[in-house]
Amino acid sequence: MLEQSPREKSTAKMSPTIEINNLHKTFGKDNHVLKGVTLTVNKGEDLVILGKSGTGKSITIKCIVGLIKPDKGEIKVLGQDITTLKTSDLNKIRVKIGFLFQNSALYDSMSVRENLDFTLRRHSNTLTEKEITSEILEVLESVGLAEAIDKMPSELSGGMRKRIGLARTLILKPEIILYDEPTTGLDTITSKEISELILRIQKERKTSSIIITHDMACAKMTADRIMILKDGIIHAEGTYTELENSDDEWIRSFFI
Amino acid sequence: MTTYLKSTFDDVGSITLFISQFFKEVFAPPYEFNEFLKQSYKIGYKSIPLVTITGFIMGLVLTLQSRPTLASFGAESWLPSMVALSLIREIAPVITALICAGKIASGIGAELGSMKVTEQIDAMEVAAVNPFKYLVVTRVLATTFMIPLLVILADFVGIIGGYVGFNIHGDASFTLYLSKVFDILTFADVLPATIKTFFFGFFIGIIGCYKGYNANNGTESVGLAANSAVVSASLSIFIIDMLAVQLTDLLL
Repeated sequence: MLEQSPREKSTAKMSPTIEINNLHKTFGKDNHVLKGVTLTVNKGEDLVILGKSGTGKSITIKCIVGLIKPDKGEIKVLGQDITTLKTSDLNKIRVKIGFLFQNSALYDSMSVRENLDFTLRRHSNTLTEKEITSEILEVLESVGLAEAIDKMPSELSGGMRKRIGLARTLILKPEIILYDEPTTGLDTITSKEISELILRIQKERKTSSIIITHDMACAKMTADRIMILKDGIIHAEGTYTELENSDDEWIRSFFI
Repeated sequence: MTTYLKSTFDDVGSITLFISQFFKEVFAPPYEFNEFLKQSYKIGYKSIPLVTITGFIMGLVLTLQSRPTLASFGAESWLPSMVALSLIREIAPVITALICAGKIASGIGAELGSMKVTEQIDAMEVAAVNPFKYLVVTRVLATTFMIPLLVILADFVGIIGGYVGFNIHGDASFTLYLSKVFDILTFADVLPATIKTFFFGFFIGIIGCYKGYNANNGTESVGLAANSAVVSASLSIFIIDMLAVQLTDLLL
């Protein structure tokens, strides 16, 4: 019998938070990147998407938050088709989605405190100054970086930037978190720490996540389910163990 | 040639849409008043030393250069009024706006360009914060209101520079010099010249923001955004100046 990773042993509740049907996106005249992606993420589930560079993984999650408009297809987030929403309605959904960018995308001109305060203040009008500070400290403590509160992004290491990026994402208490290559460019130990943090957040906050990664250690640690994107469609789907032992050599090549 | 024309018309179309989005966003709440103040401080207050020095030199040099010609037909006493008129009607607004195009439009272009490239603008959007309102509206409003103030400062400092230049070869009290200046000045000189600076400020801000906001991904595009912001803003200043002068000429 195949040995399962700890994540695979937990059973995900089967109510979908993200449903994508037949998603298409073309850039320019003939760069048809997404050719009918269909996927579902259930409540409390961590879905890892693998695939070669340029296959449209990041495009897919950018479509989910409305940063890129798809040419065709349906994207249901928390029951609403975001492709048909007005900006004001889309923003109501965006508040419930966290997005960790590949390079963290911290606001350079703001300190860590201001980075977190910027988002929180615009969505929580009723909070007092004291409550805002305590929320910021709480979320920074949850990523283990409370001491960095007054630092500027330029003073932070790559791993710290990722953590602060994650803290900024968590401050609005999202129901869904999308991670775009969360461990890229980090050393093995820091990558493991970030993967553990992702896992801990998912357990504590019961969030649904899509994690795009090339880091198989991260995938093994975090994935409930893995999908592999190839030529603009989902080529394979399964648990880490199932795909690692697939008959398809190309799929197995990801796990070497 | 056809490609060049097409891209020029594309650019004109996009910037027109960008301007229309500005007017749509500027009146709609929420208002980013703190960011507007911060940008006004950066754009206005931080430009004071540069504008003061160049304003003083403009007045001084204009006086020194004009003196020999006026002296040759014994009209040196016209020097204060001529320098003041030239400064207020044309030289101070245009030179100050050009300096600001170099300093401010390039700064805005590079700042927003690098924010775009490093996905900071996308990060604002996914956090359900309107990046156009926060970044563009505040900066354009700040340039629109700060450039006229900087021009007024350059006018005053230029007149003082003219006084210093006048006294290198002559001897006049400051009161006499000022009375000569204000004898000739009318609202018809000051108002149109000041009104056009609001347009200079608006276009410096909107072009800087447009170039930065639409930077393609890649670090090269940040440099390109800054560079083309300066070129386009400077060109727009001359075009607005030409239109303003024609309009003033027709109306007054």
